[in-house]
Amino acid sequence: MSELAPLRVARPRDVEAAVALRRAENQSRYIAGGTDLIVNMRRGIRRPKLLIDLTGVEELGDVSVTQRGVRIGAAVTLAQLAAEPDVSTRYRAAAEAAEAIAGPGHRSVATVGGNLCLDTRCIYYNQSEWWRRANHYCLKHAGTVCHVAPQGKRCHAAYSGDLAPALMVLGAEIEIAGPDGHRRIPLADLYADNGRAHLKLMPGELLLCVHLPAAAPPSTYAKVRLRGAIDFPLAGVAVSLAMADGTVAALRVGLTGTNPRPFLLAETESFVGRPLDADALARLDKLVQKQVQPMRTTLASANYRRLAAAALARRLAARLAGI
Amino acid sequence: MAMQPLVLDKQLVRLKLNGRWREDAVADNQLLIDYLRDVARLTGTKAGCDGGECGACTVLVDSDPVLSCLTLAVRCADRSVETIEGLATHGRVSALQREFHEKLGTQCGYCTPGMIMAAEALLRRNPDPSEGEIRTALSGNLCRCTGYVKIIDSVQAAAGAVR
Repeated sequence: MSELAPLRVARPRDVEAAVALRRAENQSRYIAGGTDLIVNMRRGIRRPKLLIDLTGVEELGDVSVTQRGVRIGAAVTLAQLAAEPDVSTRYRAAAEAAEAIAGPGHRSVATVGGNLCLDTRCIYYNQSEWWRRANHYCLKHAGTVCHVAPQGKRCHAAYSGDLAPALMVLGAEIEIAGPDGHRRIPLADLYADNGRAHLKLMPGELLLCVHLPAAAPPSTYAKVRLRGAIDFPLAGVAVSLAMADGTVAALRVGLTGTNPRPFLLAETESFVGRPLDADALARLDKLVQKQVQPMRTTLASANYRRLAAAALARRLAARLAGI
Repeated sequence: MAMQPLVLDKQLVRLKLNGRWREDAVADNQLLIDYLRDVARLTGTKAGCDGGECGACTVLVDSDPVLSCLTLAVRCADRSVETIEGLATHGRVSALQREFHEKLGTQCGYCTPGMIMAAEALLRRNPDPSEGEIRTALSGNLCRCTGYVKIIDSVQAAAGAVR
């Protein structure tokens, strides 16, 4: 780790000023908690000339409850989110994900927006400058070869944010501010299946807030990691399940840590109208194993992460179904 | 790597450090840990992993535990920063410091300032924590000597002493 290169810090008071600053300086980055960005800066991966500190922008910093649901500002901290009574009761997966991220010293400053926009990770990328240089860098940054899959031309770095799958199973939408005004999209549409460029944000765009619908089914989140704290997930799974008359009314499974983007499991509508019995759980297990694509981007093996993701999905679904 | 031109962008930062207001010209790229150790000369705060993974550099900012190796010093303007040096009053160690000593919560001592500050943040919020709550509050702090048992004993004893 090294000192940060010279830079300037600006602290705008509103979203318009933040977006204008970002547009005016090409080599600038938004910063809130900084627990992901500053690590990468100290490793020489990012070298912004201007940091735009969002913690002074009031409208990004609170959680508000309306009849149509809940609005969570992008600069709400993970500690704040986990402690929010409306979130921990009605949107359990989101609170469970938030309170299991990193450690208390991270959660006190790290934000919802920062976790959603977390950079993808890989053992060949999250290393010091000299380490990466000694390996001729990698496809994700400054190099030409992906050391995980040298034959291919894709970056396989894995997305490891915990909040995204939890918010996705709750039906989250996000609001984005940009040079041309605001847009609102489903959270899943923020992500592209590309470890090098996994965020579909235009230059200068800023994530403003997350909207959760008023009616959300029971949900839960869990992950597997090397240690019980600090570490990023090797696989993380969120499940939301609505039951009616003993059969599935709606089932959503969100996955993280295994692919370059967080995603909702496809084909879960095939469970609707049937009981969630042992057969269904075995089918869910297979479905997860088929759709996750862990690569050798962590010290744990890819196959272990595939099996862990499937086991978590099965376990969480069973728990929500009360079996 | 090309040399970057040296740009000295400094701001006058006023902050409360261990209860006393002070003002310093701080470069925008200075990290809080370097400000504390090199400018304020408070070397009790330790740099461990230097990348937000070990908790050794934990300090309090407005009573929240924060990793000083990932915090820009300029972002602490107008806020209250507390380090291990701020815990003793009139030459007397705090209950946490005393119990870390009495219960052998310290071995090599390198993680101790971070451990104590993380525990301090917990006890201010929750003066009577369960063992599980202590474990959660210290989950971001690594210790390679003690095996954690005596650290948890120390925090429990300190909570009892304050109560």
